[in-house]
Amino acid sequence: MSCSETIASYAFRSLGFGERRLPTTDITLCDQVTLIGSGMLWNIYFGLLAILFGFFSAQAIALAKASSNKAIRKPAEWFIFVFRGSPLFIQFFFGYFLFLSLKQAFPLFGNLTDAWLGAAIVLWLNTTAYSAEIFFGALMAVPKGDLESADAYGFSGWPRFRRIVWPTMLRLAWPAYTNEAIFIFHSTTLVFFSGFPALQQKGDALYYASYFADKTFNPFIPYPILAGYFVLVTLCIITIFGLIGKRLNRHLPQGRIKRPRLMSQIFR
Amino acid sequence: MAFYTSFGTVLLLLAVTAPLALGFGFAAAAGSRSAFFPVKWLSNIYMAIVRGVPDIAFFLFFVIALDQGLEWMRHQVLCPDWDQPIRQGNDFIVCAAAKLPQNSAPEIYHQIYGFALAVLTFAIVFGAFAGNVVAGAFKAVPHGQIETAEAYGMTKRQTFWRIMVPQMWTYALPGLSNLWMVLIKATPLLFLLGVEDVVYWAKELGGTKTARFTDYPHGDWRMYYFFGLLVFYLLFTKVSEVVLSRITRKLSHGQATAAGEAMRKAGAGA
Repeated sequence: MSCSETIASYAFRSLGFGERRLPTTDITLCDQVTLIGSGMLWNIYFGLLAILFGFFSAQAIALAKASSNKAIRKPAEWFIFVFRGSPLFIQFFFGYFLFLSLKQAFPLFGNLTDAWLGAAIVLWLNTTAYSAEIFFGALMAVPKGDLESADAYGFSGWPRFRRIVWPTMLRLAWPAYTNEAIFIFHSTTLVFFSGFPALQQKGDALYYASYFADKTFNPFIPYPILAGYFVLVTLCIITIFGLIGKRLNRHLPQGRIKRPRLMSQIFR
Repeated sequence: MAFYTSFGTVLLLLAVTAPLALGFGFAAAAGSRSAFFPVKWLSNIYMAIVRGVPDIAFFLFFVIALDQGLEWMRHQVLCPDWDQPIRQGNDFIVCAAAKLPQNSAPEIYHQIYGFALAVLTFAIVFGAFAGNVVAGAFKAVPHGQIETAEAYGMTKRQTFWRIMVPQMWTYALPGLSNLWMVLIKATPLLFLLGVEDVVYWAKELGGTKTARFTDYPHGDWRMYYFFGLLVFYLLFTKVSEVVLSRITRKLSHGQATAAGEAMRKAGAGA
């Protein structure tokens, strides 16, 4: 089988299209690159979904944690503690078996045990908790002078938040949030290694990489390929987030934008 | 019962890995400050690559790679007159004497070997993260301190060991305590490395039991077992948080940082 044929039959294998049988003998480099790349589609899907939804929910939770009302603050604090304090791996397992029992009790929840929905929910909740902590830290770090000026100009309530607090919070949180985005992409590899089954061998990049490592008993080819893909994704994230960060900082005197030191230390 | 001793496995792994990873990290950070450029590049590349790739990929990779590497080295030494290639198609074949552990060795050695490989893998991965933190901490030591040391006529080596290293810890601690939390949360991945840890037993014991096979039939309890693990890790994190904040207080004492200054003022006021 030539390389273009391999690409044609395996490029969307992870989504269930193309050749059903995975290559078992005479595994070529082309097979590995194509299939692992095909698996990357899942990683990108999970990562994008988690970041997209997590961005909004995280800010809601961060604001709830900063609330002076105890009934709002406490649940937010507990939510963050539970999801930051326990391993994502255990969360996947617990989530999967919880969904499994839900499914048995109410057939309505049938889709929850599928990776595309269930794992996405767990990832979303997880990144929400981590990003909420980052945004909360940034919210606390908004300079006092900014708030006083806002008061002096007669800003209050929603306009004050929308025009003054929110942009500054986002700006301060951005370096740490970039880190979080990179890590959530890395965490997507855990999905098919926890409870969630890869039905009909439709798995993510790491699933195929370990499949090849098992079959050829040679880890030195599939894992570097996987690493290459992830370095590419990481570079993309850094570029995109860097551009957004530049826009967030565009009103500041360029050249001496101070990165908040403490925030860059908050990573997983 | 195996489920309970497996908690011991997790704790043992943490106890062995943390100092080892710190050692790797310290070596990498010191290397990245080296004037000898191959050492510098090597440490920088090591830290950059491990941070850029999902850690689970490393866990899966290093266990096989280390195993094969060790067997290959023993093969070269022990069986010099072996003339067949080691990689035959999809197989990796070394002579029987080079097998690690020996096929005839009792079961416990196989387990210890697997555990040691896991520890080494964890140390390599977390060493890179620690290296990053420690390298940042070296940069954070105030420049005046180094200049003063030079003014006193200390050599480079003396400056490094007597001035930089003792002061670096207070700057490294926030990052390192964060790393400790990350390390705790990475321990369930042991399960993937073939060590029979808590996750393995939770899966095993929680699975559906029928009266035909065991004395204690029950339905699918895995949800409850994993909930128990969740609580275990939450408690562990909480305890670590408390202990680490105590250490932070202790290390800030007498340092030229905001925290140290606050403590000095509080002491003077009282």
